[in-house]
Amino acid sequence: MTLELRNVVKSVGAETHIHETSLRLARQGFNILLGTTLAGKTTLMQLMAGLEQPTRGEVWFDGKNVTGVPVQKRNVSMVYQQFINYPNLSVFENIASPLRVARMSQAQIKARVQRIAELVRITPMLARRPSELSGGQQQRTALARALVKDADLVLLDEPLANLDFKLREEMRDELPKLFADRNSVVVFATTDPMDALLLGGHTATLRQGRLTQFGPTAEVYHRPADLVSAQVFSNPPINTASASKRGDHIILSDTVKWLAQGAVRELPDRTYVVGIRPHHITPVASGPATTRMAGKVQITELSGSESTIHFEHGPLHWVSQSHGIHAAEVGTTIELHMDVARCMYFGDGGKRVA
Amino acid sequence: MAKINLENIRHSYLKRPQGPQDWALQQLDLEWTDGGAYALLGPSGCGKTTLLNIISGLVRPSEGRVLFDGIDLTERPADRRHIAQVFQFPVVYDTMTVWENLAFPLRNRGLAAAEIEQRVQAIAQMLDLTEMLQKRAAGLTADGKQKISLGRGLVRADVNVIMFDEPLTVIDPHLKWQLRSKLKELHQRTRRTMIYVTHDQTEALTFAEQVVVMHEGSVVQVGSPIDLFERPRHTFVGHFIGSPGMNILPCEVGDGGVLFAGQRIDVENRPTVPLNGRRTEIGVRPEFVLLDERGIPVQIIKVSDAGRYRIVEARCGENPIKLLLEEGVAVPAGNAGVRFDPAHTRLYADGQLLE
Repeated sequence: MTLELRNVVKSVGAETHIHETSLRLARQGFNILLGTTLAGKTTLMQLMAGLEQPTRGEVWFDGKNVTGVPVQKRNVSMVYQQFINYPNLSVFENIASPLRVARMSQAQIKARVQRIAELVRITPMLARRPSELSGGQQQRTALARALVKDADLVLLDEPLANLDFKLREEMRDELPKLFADRNSVVVFATTDPMDALLLGGHTATLRQGRLTQFGPTAEVYHRPADLVSAQVFSNPPINTASASKRGDHIILSDTVKWLAQGAVRELPDRTYVVGIRPHHITPVASGPATTRMAGKVQITELSGSESTIHFEHGPLHWVSQSHGIHAAEVGTTIELHMDVARCMYFGDGGKRVA
Repeated sequence: MAKINLENIRHSYLKRPQGPQDWALQQLDLEWTDGGAYALLGPSGCGKTTLLNIISGLVRPSEGRVLFDGIDLTERPADRRHIAQVFQFPVVYDTMTVWENLAFPLRNRGLAAAEIEQRVQAIAQMLDLTEMLQKRAAGLTADGKQKISLGRGLVRADVNVIMFDEPLTVIDPHLKWQLRSKLKELHQRTRRTMIYVTHDQTEALTFAEQVVVMHEGSVVQVGSPIDLFERPRHTFVGHFIGSPGMNILPCEVGDGGVLFAGQRIDVENRPTVPLNGRRTEIGVRPEFVLLDERGIPVQIIKVSDAGRYRIVEARCGENPIKLLLEEGVAVPAGNAGVRFDPAHTRLYADGQLLE
């Protein structure tokens, strides 16, 4: 089972909401749409579902052109960030409603509802009305309703955004298991890179209506194709600076330079944007090739497991993140170690060159 | 600014509460020192919003007293307690400019124009809003609006405490990051008392100097983020704080010491009282579980790449054990062994840390 977008464009008036996009989603594992608010995630999902029609291009499902086929004629289930329940039905009946529509037997309905309720942890609430539940429980009821039927296409639009942190952590663990034995194409939109990393599968990075990269999640994270994909897939934000290559060296500032290694050696001499994720610049040296960098401490955040230091280096405002407890006095200048082998180099148009 | 004391507070939303389950807030005493940065952390339904509303005066507690600088304010309504609140959804006047929004609380109090101008400018500068002062608030993004809500609290000199109720929920992660740092910086600069209510441990641990952890209507631990991470006094705290949470494993305690899966485990705390029949568990965080071929035999179930580290899910008999591996460290497959760092492995009885 596959879903394909072929050269799809969506415009509203003079505005282009989705620039030309081609994407092929398989049913193995989750397909993550990762991007900030207004990146185009919801619009893409609406195009996939048939809730919106593309201005140009085609939508194919299982080798059939379904462009123009309305959502009612497709076997789609959707979950939104703001969950919607039937207020006059019990939680059990809310979850059972798609199965009743499908005329499933009473025994089957009961078994299915029980299983899903267990999974989203609302079993003790099954007899209640939605209004008697907490916000989190209402959201889980709506999620359960979307998951209870076997849809060809399941679209999850930031379903965990309004859940408690711990519940979110558990659901991230449980959701892939729930879909493991299903024959559905699952699409999951989120603003949080950690969701993408832990749900695995494939990830598409989006910004301002443009798809910048699509591939296996770990691949996109570790080897972003361009600066935008790297930025979309970094939290805390990736540190960037303009640096120049001169002969054997990369020069970031008067005091910070290092020897170019590997593919970086082959790059022509000029200015590049260098990117480094916060956990690759730390108060304690890690990795074989580190370069020292002085930083004036602005803020430190110590969570016990990790230390986050916001620092200034000349005009740069950078962030360092490291394991354990590294207290640094605000206003003092400390020495940080940059694992330069982890640096990414971006050239014209933000394209990654090394 | 003020020191706030909650004395013997207890609250029920029912007229005639019977058992403990009828109390939204079990009896508690808490002191919030002047100028502190606090987080009130717990899952939904733990009573944190009730506690917040008792401080602000929106809820009158069934029992106990609320004191500001030693003065009993239990009966005083919310609008006379001089509290600024920032809610989950930004509250701004869309038709006004950013400047007018920030000046609003000061104009209401009849301050002189020169003083209003001076204060608004100072706050705008702290919040990086100077460039936008003449823009209409309606055109701002969610994080910009939330900055205004915050600025309206900071602009007043007569505020006893600024309270935040899940203020970053509607903000995108990359902006959350910036706003949280901004908030921390503002606290360091202004030293206003701030109470930050959240279910998100990352927000609580990175913002607060002291975190109040709540569970089922009770305060289970008050401590610095490092205390809560390193020495959780309750298995709930161990589980709730840290991502993934602490491993909590059933164990037996006898003359031979602490036994898990038939192996002797060195723990940091020793039981000094007889445990007669209490449920005993060891708690060890995934950060302090180490791979060791000669250690406790486990089966590796799953490895997730979380970017800067990997989460390994292992199993020892029926017991899941999680551990974290740094980027670049080789991951075993199938059968492996683990050991627990004794300095960070502790014994719990009926969920309580033995001290």
